[in-house]
Formats: sequence, structure tokens, C-alpha cells
Amino acid sequence: MASPFLLAAAGQVGGDFFKERTSDTLPCQAQPDHVFCFDWAKENIDRYGTPTVQHLEIVVLSVVIGFAVAFALAVLAHRRRRLQPPLLAATGVLYTIPSIAFFFLLLPLTGFGRDTAIIVLAAYTLQIIYRNTILGLANVPDAVKDAARGMGLTERQILWRVELPLAIPEIVAGLRVAVVSTIAIATLVVFINAGGLGTQMYGSGNLTFPTSIIIAAAIVMTMALAFDLVLLTVQRLTTPWRRVRPA
Amino acid sequence: MNTLPLASFAGAIEFIFTPQDSNVTGGNKVGGFDKSLELVLKHLEVTALALAIALIVALPLGLYLGHRGKGELFAVGFGNAGRAIPELAVIALVAVLIGVGLKTVAPALAILGIAPILVNTYVGVRQVEPATVEAARGMGMSELSIIRRVELPLAIPTVMGGIRSAAIVILATATIAPLAGVETLGDFIINRNVYGENGLLAGAILVALLALAIEGSLALLQRRLTSDGLKVKTA
Repeated sequence: MASPFLLAAAGQVGGDFFKERTSDTLPCQAQPDHVFCFDWAKENIDRYGTPTVQHLEIVVLSVVIGFAVAFALAVLAHRRRRLQPPLLAATGVLYTIPSIAFFFLLLPLTGFGRDTAIIVLAAYTLQIIYRNTILGLANVPDAVKDAARGMGLTERQILWRVELPLAIPEIVAGLRVAVVSTIAIATLVVFINAGGLGTQMYGSGNLTFPTSIIIAAAIVMTMALAFDLVLLTVQRLTTPWRRVRPA
Repeated sequence: MNTLPLASFAGAIEFIFTPQDSNVTGGNKVGGFDKSLELVLKHLEVTALALAIALIVALPLGLYLGHRGKGELFAVGFGNAGRAIPELAVIALVAVLIGVGLKTVAPALAILGIAPILVNTYVGVRQVEPATVEAARGMGMSELSIIRRVELPLAIPTVMGGIRSAAIVILATATIAPLAGVETLGDFIINRNVYGENGLLAGAILVALLALAIEGSLALLQRRLTSDGLKVKTA
């Protein structure tokens, strides 16, 4: 591997210097063709704690903000149908602009760091949650609403006690997609110095090494799977009437 | 907080059209229209190549599985897992394990596009009324022509939804392809020390515009591909 020039340079430092740094004595993670080093992983697993917590904080804050805004917009647009096309288009634009570009577009306004990351990721989730909430509300059969009206419920009561509970499956389905995508995309916030697990893949301007990238990616995907299962369980628990019907 | 001055939007627009001084290239100008165009074309090339690979793999598989009604767990599970893949990890692993360049980056980006196309094609075909397929079969159509002339046209809105998602995720991830040696628009963003803050913003503006342009074109294509009969129904 080493060029004659490098060998000469090493020779100037001293013959033994180069000899000791052959691939037999290099630690696993520094060898050119390694894929995964279990020893390094065992010793260094601690260093993933802080980035994991940062990653979680960013994802949870983004999705909570995104959900609050999207849910409010959907309830509003459910009442005023005329708002639906413009809101769909606006959230669609926010969804289409790649997050990595969006981060930098906000730099002149909100600068590097976590605030920018959360704004962009929250904006990204709007479309998914908004569209599914609208869909869920629209799927409630008119007969059910008529029955509720006949029982003397006000429009507000119908929304909160009939329409929204019946829309939970669609709303949670949207939330699951939003959370899982946000967990994956949040690795990119490393580019605006907002921390997270991306720092263990791309640290201080350079890619790290395979073992570290694989560990970080595994944590990201495990986190996504865990959130997905939790939300699926929430959906099951909040819609007991769905379990009566055979699948 | 180290906020860039607001004025840099103007600087970024100027950077796109006119070469600017840089403090690291020893007097050579950076940016400008020719360079921007070159990177836009490279960005489109990588995206188109990766999308083509994803389509070749996922579209026939989704059509086949959907037609046979098989492998729901595989198609949907793959789609969900695909969404959880961190884009940065894909590019990073390709660069450090397999090698840099268009030949390794395009297939890697295609992985990100396979999941949405596969799951949407599968779901789209499954949503076709069984009675419609039965009617086609009764008219003597072969299984292949049922897929091509009945199921695919009826599933086009859903299939195109998947293709649009795939195109956007591939285009977005192509932004970090310079980490794996492919000079896309992300070059302006990642080599911040060469292009400066104007270049950074210029890259972000161009990537955002490109994404909106692609999304718009695919939406138009979807309208063209959707049969007129379907348009009336879904007003």
C-alpha cells in the first residue's frame, strides 16, 4: 500500500517505526479493510449515550410540535372545507423541500443548532399528519354523525367524541410514518451542528469508520422500530371496538 | 448563536450566476452559472440513475406480488423498514466500505427508493376490485395483460405516489453524495470552506428548487398517465 515516498519518509523517522505499524499490530478499527470491530464496539458503546439522548429529544420535540400544528390545521380545515386545498399545497411544499436544504435555508433566520433542526423536522411531519387526520375524519360514515346528532350531541361534541375517536387509526398511522421518517432524517442535523446520532457517522467534517457508522445506524433503526411498536400498541388500546371485528 | 446575516440570500443568488472570490483557492473564482449548471446536471444524473434502478427492481416485484396477492408482510414490512434507514448511513457506509463514485452511489441511493415504490405498487394493485380482474379474466385476457392493461392503469395514482416519494428521497440524499465522491449540488454545502456561506445557501436554494421542480413534473406526469375515466370519479 505504502508508496516509495512514504517508505522513504518513514525511513527517515527510523526503521522500527514503520515495522511496528503493519496491519497485524494496528487496532481492528484502523485496518483498511475492516467491516465491524466487536472489541471496539464493546469498549466504546458508552459514547453513543449522549448522541442517542440528543437524537430522541430532537425527534420527540419535532413530532410533538408538528402534531400539534397539523392536528389543529386538520380540525380547522375539516370545518372549513375551502381551506383544504391551500393547506395541502402548503404542507406539500414543506414536505418536498429536502430537509438538508431546508436546514441551510433557515440559517440566516435561526442559525446553526437545535432550534433550526426542530423547526425543519416539525415542518416535514406536517403533511403526513395533516393528510391522515383529514382522511380519518372524512372516512367517518355520515350515518354515524347523523345518529350522534339525533342523540342530541352538539357539533363540538360530535367532533371530539365521535369523529376524532373513529379517526384514530388513520391519525396514528400518519403519526407512525412521521415518527419513523423523522428518526431517520434526524441523523442529518449533524450538518447544522445540532448533535444526534449523525455525529457518530460524520464527525467534525469527516466520515467516521464502518464500526461507528453501523452502530449509530443500528441505534437509529432500533429507535424507529421501538417507536413504531409503541404507537401501534397505543392505537390498539385506544380503539377497543376495532378488536371485536375479526381481522 | 452564529446566525448568518440576512443579506446572504442576495449573496447566494449572486453566487449562482456570477463566480465569486474565495479565500482558499488562491485567487481562483468559485461558483457561478457554469459551475451551478454542472452540479445541477450531475445531481439530476445521479437521481435519474438511482430512480431507474429502483424502478427496475421494485415495480415488477410490486406488480407481481400484488397480482398474486402474495407477500404482503414482505412488501409492507420492507416499506416500513425502508423508511427507517438513515440516509446518511447509506452514503457513509458506501463511501467507507465499498468505494466512492457514481457506480457505487447510484445503487446505494436506489435502495432508498425501492421501499416506497414497492409498497405503493403492491397496495395499489391490491386495491383493484377483484370483480374487475375477474371480468378481465372472463374476457379472455392473459394474466400478463391483466397486470399491464387493467391493474397497472387502475393503480397508477398510488404507484406514482410511491415513485414521487422515491424521487424526492433520492434527490434529497444525493445532496450528501459528495461525501462519497460524486459532485452533486451538495458540493456547495459540504465544502463550506471552499464556497463560503454564499455557496452554502446557494446549494440549499438550488436543491430546494430542484426538488420542487421534480415533484411538479412528476405530478404532471401522473395526470397524463391517469386514465380519463379515473379522473372523473376522483373529483
